Parts: sequence; structure tokens; C-alpha cells
Amino acid sequence: MASELRYTANAQLEHLHARYTGTGHADMTKYDWITHQHRDTCASIVGHPPLTSYLAIADGESIGRVKFEMTERMLQPCGPPPPKNDE
Amino acid sequence: MSDQPRLIDSYTAPKDVLEEFAQLADEEDVDPFRETATSRQISARQSDYHNRRFERQGIAGTDAFKDAAEGKDSEGGYKDAMRLANLEREEQRVRRAIQEKEKREREEGTSRDELDRTPPASEIDEVLKDVEASLAASGKRKRRWDVGDDDEPAKPDGEWSDKAIEDAAPKKRRSRWDATPADVSAVGAGEPKKRSRWDETPATAPGGLAPIFMAAPGINADGQHNRYMTDEELDALLPPTGYAIVAPPPGYATRAPTRNLGATPISSLGGFHIQDDAEPSAAAAAAAQMAPELPTEIPGVGTLAFFKAEDAKYFEKILTEEDETQLSVDEMKERKIMRLLLKIKNGTPPVRKTALRQITDKAREFGAGPLFDKILPLLMERTLEDQERHLLVKVIDRVLYKLDDLVRPYVHKILVVIEPLLIDEDYYARVEGREIISNLSKAAGLAHMISTMRPDIDHADEYVRNTTARAFSVVASALGIPSLLPFLKAVCRSKKSWQARHTGIRIVQQIAIMMGCAVLPHLRNLVDTIAHGLEDDQQKVRTMTALGIAALAEASAPYGIEAFDNVLEPLWKGIRLHRGKGLAAFLKAIGFIIPLMETEHVGYYVKEVTIILIREFQSSDEEMKKIVLKVVKQCAATEGVTPQYIKQDILPDFFKSFWIRRMALDRRNYRQVVETTVELAQKAGVAEIVGRIVDGLKDDSEPYRKMVMETITNVVQALGASDIDDLLEVRLVDGIINAFQEQTTEDQVMLDGFGTVVNALGVRVKPYMTQIVSTVLWRLNNKSAKVRQQAADLTTRFAVVIKQCGEDQLLAKLGVVLFEQLGEEYPDTLGSIIAAEGAIANVVGMTEMQPPVKDLLPRMTPILRNRHEKVQEASINLIGRIADRGAEFVPAREWMRICFELLDLLKAHKKAIRRAAVNSFGYIAKSLGPQDVLSVLLTNLRVQERQSRVCSTVAIAIVAETCGPFTCIPAILNEYRTAELNVRTGCLKALSFVFEYIGPQSAHYCDSVVTMLEDALTDRDLVHRQTASTIVKHLALGVAGMGCEDSMLHLMNLVWPNCFETSPHVIGAVMDAIEAMRVTLGPGILLNYTLQGLFHPARKVREVYWRIYNALYLGASDAMVPFYPDLGELSEGNNVYDRHMLQMVI
Repeated sequence: MASELRYTANAQLEHLHARYTGTGHADMTKYDWITHQHRDTCASIVGHPPLTSYLAIADGESIGRVKFEMTERMLQPCGPPPPKNDE
Repeated sequence: MSDQPRLIDSYTAPKDVLEEFAQLADEEDVDPFRETATSRQISARQSDYHNRRFERQGIAGTDAFKDAAEGKDSEGGYKDAMRLANLEREEQRVRRAIQEKEKREREEGTSRDELDRTPPASEIDEVLKDVEASLAASGKRKRRWDVGDDDEPAKPDGEWSDKAIEDAAPKKRRSRWDATPADVSAVGAGEPKKRSRWDETPATAPGGLAPIFMAAPGINADGQHNRYMTDEELDALLPPTGYAIVAPPPGYATRAPTRNLGATPISSLGGFHIQDDAEPSAAAAAAAQMAPELPTEIPGVGTLAFFKAEDAKYFEKILTEEDETQLSVDEMKERKIMRLLLKIKNGTPPVRKTALRQITDKAREFGAGPLFDKILPLLMERTLEDQERHLLVKVIDRVLYKLDDLVRPYVHKILVVIEPLLIDEDYYARVEGREIISNLSKAAGLAHMISTMRPDIDHADEYVRNTTARAFSVVASALGIPSLLPFLKAVCRSKKSWQARHTGIRIVQQIAIMMGCAVLPHLRNLVDTIAHGLEDDQQKVRTMTALGIAALAEASAPYGIEAFDNVLEPLWKGIRLHRGKGLAAFLKAIGFIIPLMETEHVGYYVKEVTIILIREFQSSDEEMKKIVLKVVKQCAATEGVTPQYIKQDILPDFFKSFWIRRMALDRRNYRQVVETTVELAQKAGVAEIVGRIVDGLKDDSEPYRKMVMETITNVVQALGASDIDDLLEVRLVDGIINAFQEQTTEDQVMLDGFGTVVNALGVRVKPYMTQIVSTVLWRLNNKSAKVRQQAADLTTRFAVVIKQCGEDQLLAKLGVVLFEQLGEEYPDTLGSIIAAEGAIANVVGMTEMQPPVKDLLPRMTPILRNRHEKVQEASINLIGRIADRGAEFVPAREWMRICFELLDLLKAHKKAIRRAAVNSFGYIAKSLGPQDVLSVLLTNLRVQERQSRVCSTVAIAIVAETCGPFTCIPAILNEYRTAELNVRTGCLKALSFVFEYIGPQSAHYCDSVVTMLEDALTDRDLVHRQTASTIVKHLALGVAGMGCEDSMLHLMNLVWPNCFETSPHVIGAVMDAIEAMRVTLGPGILLNYTLQGLFHPARKVREVYWRIYNALYLGASDAMVPFYPDLGELSEGNNVYDRHMLQMVI
């Protein structure tokens, strides 16, 4: 029973987590993690109209422009991924 | 025994004692498992039809596609297969003609010198021409063909080419000399009474022409004088020159080596048994049969779970140790495969698993040929058992996947082995077979599948055609119906043979059965493909077409009537033309099409078919009866059929033909008649149907009464009793009481019927109530426990109606009688009696209850100790009800006594009983006040039995819920201070349930329990921390948003370090508690905890923290955005990690 649970409940939990974007794992690089944070931030701004309009006023842009830019920014919010061989 | 009369009666032990000893002696060498062993064998329990599979053989084909790509001429492909099929059919025809002639001659008494007879020259010539053609074309023959009669003295070998003789002669000899048992049985088939079997299975006699000669009348092939000649005898007979024994050609293999083994009738004749040189394994098998001990340890394989005598001949090569260095690469490979197969087939699960993986991985390396050469014969073994078959089929499945198009040459061989699975009686075998054929068709491709299976479509044997049709339907579902449609169209229109058309139509039928509503997109095409078959010359084709249309209509219901437009006319015309089986099939098709029709058309079509249906009502054929009933049911269920029509045109004849005693005797007819009548009642109304059959309740035949009762039950249940007028009501109630009293076996049907009708009539039964109740009362005192039980069950069902009728004094009387019966000794009956008492108490109410509750309950206390589940459940329900509604009528002392008894019920196996017991504690506590009950329950935490403790904790929680948490929590906290582990765990558990049940109320108590939780969360014992975490979870979820963050944060600090636990239950509880904290404290605080370890140098730490982070992220990703740390300072090169958009300020 115990081993069964270890194999099902927890392994399943990790498996389940891995199916969603934005979740992490023990070998995640800071670039990946921070990229997800940036994307979440952009999505959050687009998803909350008061935040969007706040940003639009601060930036002096139209709300539509802010939305567009936030969406565009989600592609590579922190620039291109760093080369792999730095470790 | 001497002839003289004995002077003394007996000198010896009594006869029965002697017999007993004899029996014992017999029993000693009886294997108790022998019977089950044979039934485990698939072939032993299957019908003759299923076992026809042993008579088939696969054709080794080639991969025509690959050959074409390489510019080679493929041989042994479709052309060859077709030619062989034609030859076989011709062989059948000739053989039948000969049979026919022999019979005629025998009848005329002219067949004296049968043995020297040759078949009619013209027929033989025809066959010979075919044979020659095939020889010339391929040079190498794949199948046996034994019609050549070159060593007949009348036919010197002049007209034969040398090559042909070389090819034909050895096989010829084989067939005459090594007659296999199958041949012998085929010989027996020549007798007149078995002739019908010849017609049915024309292709199956495998012995070639030789059996025909042996089939002469009056000749018994088993006889000493008629056996085949031995080599020595032939040597003596034939001149030494001019004859040579020719070696078998290289591609030739004996088909069923098993038949040469053991107890064949020929070998039992005494000395006559030629060991087959080509099959040394047979010798090994024979040896294995003689030697009783079988190996369980095979060199290079290891220990096996079992080893059967029959396995020896397949695995002979690996049974002995040999010098591996002497073997060629191919031989090594062969042995490797055999070892793996043996491991898979006979090994223990772990051995089997690794072997299966190896054989899968190396499949392409081994190659299709060597693999299937070993696997397929194993599957054809007669002593194969389910488990072995399952495993071998699994091997094929895995191997297929790897081999992909390399399997092409073996498709037919595989199909021959797998097709029988499709008609297996075991559902899982059928599914397995489907799976394999589906994978096979995906691997081999449609074109190859068609060219491989095409020859079998008009095979002479019905068995082959049947399985082929099923296999084709699987191919269609695997590769899509559209890809197969052109082929199906061609086959269904085949002019050459009706068998092809028949099989084509059967394929369509099977497709419909297998794919269900997935046929809808192709419905019109499929119907059009088979539609013309309705007017075929062949009766069998017409029948099959009608069945195919029925299957299509059934699969596509309720859509697709337009696709059937073309077949409506021939179908409706057909029912006027045909009789018997054909008509049954047509009616079936109509029955399935009618429900699809538009309402306005239905009337006309139903009228047309009704005439025929009514005519067939009188049919004596059981099958026809069933179909007619089914069609009537389907017609009646259709919207377009008016009640008027049913009443006038169908009902009179229907009742005349089907509502007779004989129909009630057969179980299947009974069911069908009841179902159809209920369906008719939906249209015709309750009064019409019940009125017609109600007198049957007084019939002499009990099965018939039962049939009437069941029908009335179903009709009344579905439609109510409001249609029943006063006159009918009298007849009905009278009939039912009569039927109930007359029953000889206490049956559920009667009970249900009585209950249903009385409940449906409601207050209308008031006039009869006295009579009914007196019947029940009388039966309650019956001698038979079954009768008493039934009477009590009936009371349970009537209680509500009796109350509705206002017959309270009757209820009281029943209650008192039942009360007196509580001493019942049969537990089933006692359970029913208690349930009946409970039902009465339910409708009467606790205050009015007779006997008074204060007498009833003490009587129940001892019964609670009864161990029988039914009794326990009934009594706990009754007691729970009393505790809920009328606790004040019973003194507190009695309730306490019951409380103690209830603790025992917490150990019950049935969950319903435990639940009822736990709830009863709640009711009792409510009326008595929680203190006493609680102390009982808390004391119960000290017992050993876990289930009892767990249930006590639940009960404590329920008491807390019903009486207010403030009454219980102090007691629990106090009890927690006991220095006993079980009690402390119990207290924690109880608290966990309490907080789960009281939810937001927890806010008032969270500060009070913090110190206890502190203690529990810092305990050394894992389970303590686990349970405490569960409490924290329920507490945190309960108080979310209620301003308890300070104490929650404190608890969080105590829970958090437990996140490194590895025990599954503990870590589960801790993770739950942390998630609950997210809800209460908000994700920001949790994120701050998590950030500490996300990039910790130790992987173990990182893994745990990331898991928590992920859970957090999935729970509240958006809410975490403002809490992410500012990581701008980590920016390097192209990567800027500042979140500028959050740094804007107006």
C-alpha cells in the first residue's frame, strides 16, 4: 500500500504538475524561471483591465497598444535564451 | 462365486463396505484437478465448430510489394493462393461427385469392387489438368495435393512428367501410409447417415484422395485388414526395380505432428506406427509422454512455473544441453527464440516480463520467419490453455508492432491462427483477436490484406468464410470503411460463386455489429452494396442480406432511414414470398427498420407486415416465435402505430397465440412474451392488457400465473393503475390474492407484483384491506420461515398504503404480531420482520406506535448482538429512527445500554451499518446530552481494534456537530493528555473530523487548539504529525478569511519543516496542509517560504521546494505576480530580468 502510494500519489502529482506551462522542476535555470514570471506578469496585466489602464496612463499609450505590447512581449520577455554551455 | 447356494448369508464384510474400499482404491489414483485441467484447455470445452480451426493451414506468402520494388517476380502470392483455392474447391466438387455416385451405386447394389474403383476419368482429368498447370506455373507447391493416383496399377506414369512424380509421389505415400486420425474419421464419414456433414464441411477432409478409396461401404479403416501397408509390406509386394522412395521436397512440412502422437487409433492396432523422420520432436514428445517426470528446470531458461508433456515436442531442441559452438547462426537464433518463448509461455511473471521485453526488442533482428515459425505452431496446439494463448497472442501483438511490413509473408498464417479468436465465447479473447488483426492490417496494408484473404472469401468451408468475414470487418474498422468499400462492392456482386456474395454481405453485417453508429457516414454505400442480395437466387444469400440490413439498421438507429429507401420494397415484397428461415431474417430486418421511419409512413408499413406476423404467430419454430415477438415489440414501440390499430388488429391474435401456458414454461419465451406485452401495454393501455390477462392469475399452472403476475407488475409500474375501473379492480385484487396464496415457491415475482399493484391502487384497496391483512397475518404464523419472511416483506411494502386507507387499527395489529415474532430464529426472516416493524413505526409515528416504543426498544437491545448483516442493518435503522423521533419515550438508562451495543456495530463489515450506527450516536447524544455518550466513545478509543476506534472518532465528531463543538472539544483536549498513543491519535482524528464538519465555526476554537497542535506537530511520532497536519488543513480551510491569520501562521511554521517527510501518507497530509495555508494566508507568504529552497544546492531540497512551488503556482499563479522578487540585478548580457512594467508610477 505504502509503495503503491509513493508510486501513484506523489509521482502522479509531479507528473500532473509537469503538464502545465509555468511549473518548474529541480533542474530549472534562472532564465527559464524568470521568463515564466515575466510572462505571468504580462498576462496578469492584460487580464486585469484596471492594471492595463494604469499602465496605459503611465506610459501615455492607448490601452490597446499596451495590451498588444504586453502580448508581444510574452514571446521572449527576457531576451533570447543564454547559450547552454555556460556550466 | 460358486453355483451352489450359500449356507450362510454372508462370510464377508457387508457389500457397501467392500464397495467403499473399492471406491477408495479407485480414488487413490484420481487426480482431483483432472477435470478442471481439461476445461482449462480451450479446445476441450469448445464446440466442434470452434475446433474446426485445427483443420486449417496457413499459406506462406511473399511480400509482393517488396518484390515488385526489387523487380522480382513474386511467387506464392495472390495468384498462387487463388489457384490453390480453386483447386481445393474443385477437389471438393470431385469428391462430392464421387460420393454421390458411390451412394447411388450402393443403393443400386452394384458397388462390390469399390476398392479397385477409380474416380470417373473425366473428373480426374479435369483435376489433373489443374494440378499440372499449377506445377508448371510455380514449380514448388505450398499445399498438399493428393489427388494424383499415379500408383494405381491401371495408370502407369506415362503421361506424367518426372518432375511431377517427384513432387507428388512422396506426398502421395504419406497420405496413404501415415494415415492420421483425422483421415480415419473422414473415412468414417462415408457412411450414409453422416452424409449431411459432408455437405456442410466440404473442405475439411485433409487426407486427399486416399480416403475416398478407403471409404468404400462396409470397410472399416480401423480394421486389421484395412490398415495402410507398412514399408516392409510394400517392399515385399513391389518389384525391387522401378520404384524408389523419394525424399520429401524441402518446403514440405507435416501439418499436424500432434496427430502422429500417442493414442491415435492406428498406433493402437499393435506395432503399426511410423515415426516421422521429419519430426524428431515427435519422438521426444512421445518419450516425454512415457517418462512421467517433466523438467521444471531447462538449461539456459531456468526454473519454470510448469511444463507440460506437449511442450516437449516444441521445445525439444533446448531441452538438452548441446555444444553451442557447433551451431550455425540461424540455429543459435532459433534456440534463442525458443528459450524466450518458453519463458513467456511457462515462466513466472517476472521471468515472463523480461523475456517478453527481449523478444520485442530483438524482433527485427530475429526476423519474421523464425519468430512466427515458432509461435504459430504453439498456438495451434490442441492442449493450449487460456493463459498460454493470451501470452502467445500478446507476443504476436508486440512482435507485430516491431516487424511492421516484414510480417507480410506471414499474414495468412497469422490470420489462420488468430481468426478463431474472433468467434471465441470469451469476450476478452475476441477483443484480443480484434486487436491483433487490426494491428496486422495496419502493418501489412490494405492491398496485402485483401490479396491474402480474398481466396478465403469463397472457401468451400463455411467455418473459414465465417471467420474471414469477421476478420475483414476488423480490417474495415482499422483502415476505414471507405477504403474497403470498392472491394466489398465487387465481392457482393461476384457472379462466380454465391459463397463470395454471401461472405461479402456477411462482412457488411459484421462491420455494422462491430462499429455501431460509426457506420452512419457510409450507411447508404453499405446498404447499396448489399441491397441486391435480397433478390439473390441463393436462399442463404438472401437470408444473410436481410440479417445484414437488420444489423445496419440496428447500428444506425434512430437515424438513416433514407439510406434504406432502396431495400424497403424488396423487403416488404420478400415477406410475402418467403417462408421459414428466410422469412425470419426478413422480418428481423423489418423490425429494425420500422423504428427509424418517419411517423407518417410507419402505419402503412406496419399494416403490411402485420398480416405476415399474425400468420407466423402460429409458427412452431422457436426461432421464428422469438423474432415475431421482437418485431411486434419494435412495431408497438414506434410512434406511428396507433393504439386503435394495436387493439383491433394485433392484440386478439397475439393473446390467442402467445398467452398460453406453454409459453410460460420456456424461460426465454417467457421473458420475450412479458417484454412484448408490456410494450403493447404502453400503446393499448393498462386496462386493455390487464383485462385480458387478469384471469390468468387464477390459472392452474403456476408458471403461467407467474408470467401474468410479472406482466401486470411491469405494466402497472410503468403506467399506474388509474385506468383500471372498478370491475377490473375487483378481478385484479381477487386474482392477485389468489395467486399469492396459491404459490408453492415463495418468489420475488409474487412479492413485487402484490406490492406494486397495491401501492398503485392506493386508497382503492381499502375494501380489500382487511382480507389482505388477514392473509398476511395468517402467513406470518406459517410453519415455513420463507413464508413468514415473505409476509413480513409484504408488510414493509404495504405499510404506507394501509395508513393511507386509514386502517390504523390494522397497522397496530400487524405491529403487535410482528413484535411477538421478534423471537424469530431464522436471521433472514428476523431481518424482514424488524424491517417491517420499522416501516410501520415510520408511517404511524413514535407516539402512536403499537407496541409502544418504550416496550419495543428494550426488546431490540439484545437483537443488536445478532451477527447477521440483514438483522443488524434492519435493527440499526429502526433504533436510529426511534432515537431520532422518539428518544424521549425511552429511559436514558436504556439508551446508554444501546450505546454500548452500538459500539459493536462499528465493527460491522457493511459500510451502511457502520454509518447508521455512527449516526445513531448523534441522535442519542442529541436527546441525552453529549456527556455520557461522549465518555462512552472516548473510552472506546482505548480498544485495540482500529476500525472500532476510527468509527468512534467519527461518532465523536458527529456528536460535536449535533450538540455543538463547545460540548466536545474540551473533553477531547482533556482526553488528549492521556499518556496512551492510541488515545492521543484517536483524539487527534476526532478533532480532525470535528473541524472538517463544523467548517467556519472553527474560528471560535482555533486559538484553543493551537497549544495542542503545537504539541502534536512537534511529536516524534510520524502519525501524530500526520494527523495534526490534517487538522491544520481542515482548520485552515475552515477559518479562511475569518481573521485567524496569526495563529495560522504559527501553525504554518510548525507544519513547514515536515515538508521533507518521505512517508507517503505523511507527506500527503503535509502538502495538503500547506495548500490549505495558501488559501488562508495567501500565496505571497507561501511564496516567500518557497523561495528559500528553489535554488538550494542540494537537489533533494530543490525537488521538494519545486513541488510546493508548482502546487502553489497551479493554485494561484495570477495572485503570485505581485509577490515575485525583483530580480533585475541578475540581468546579464541580452537577458534583462527587470520587470519594468511593474515599476511604473503615475
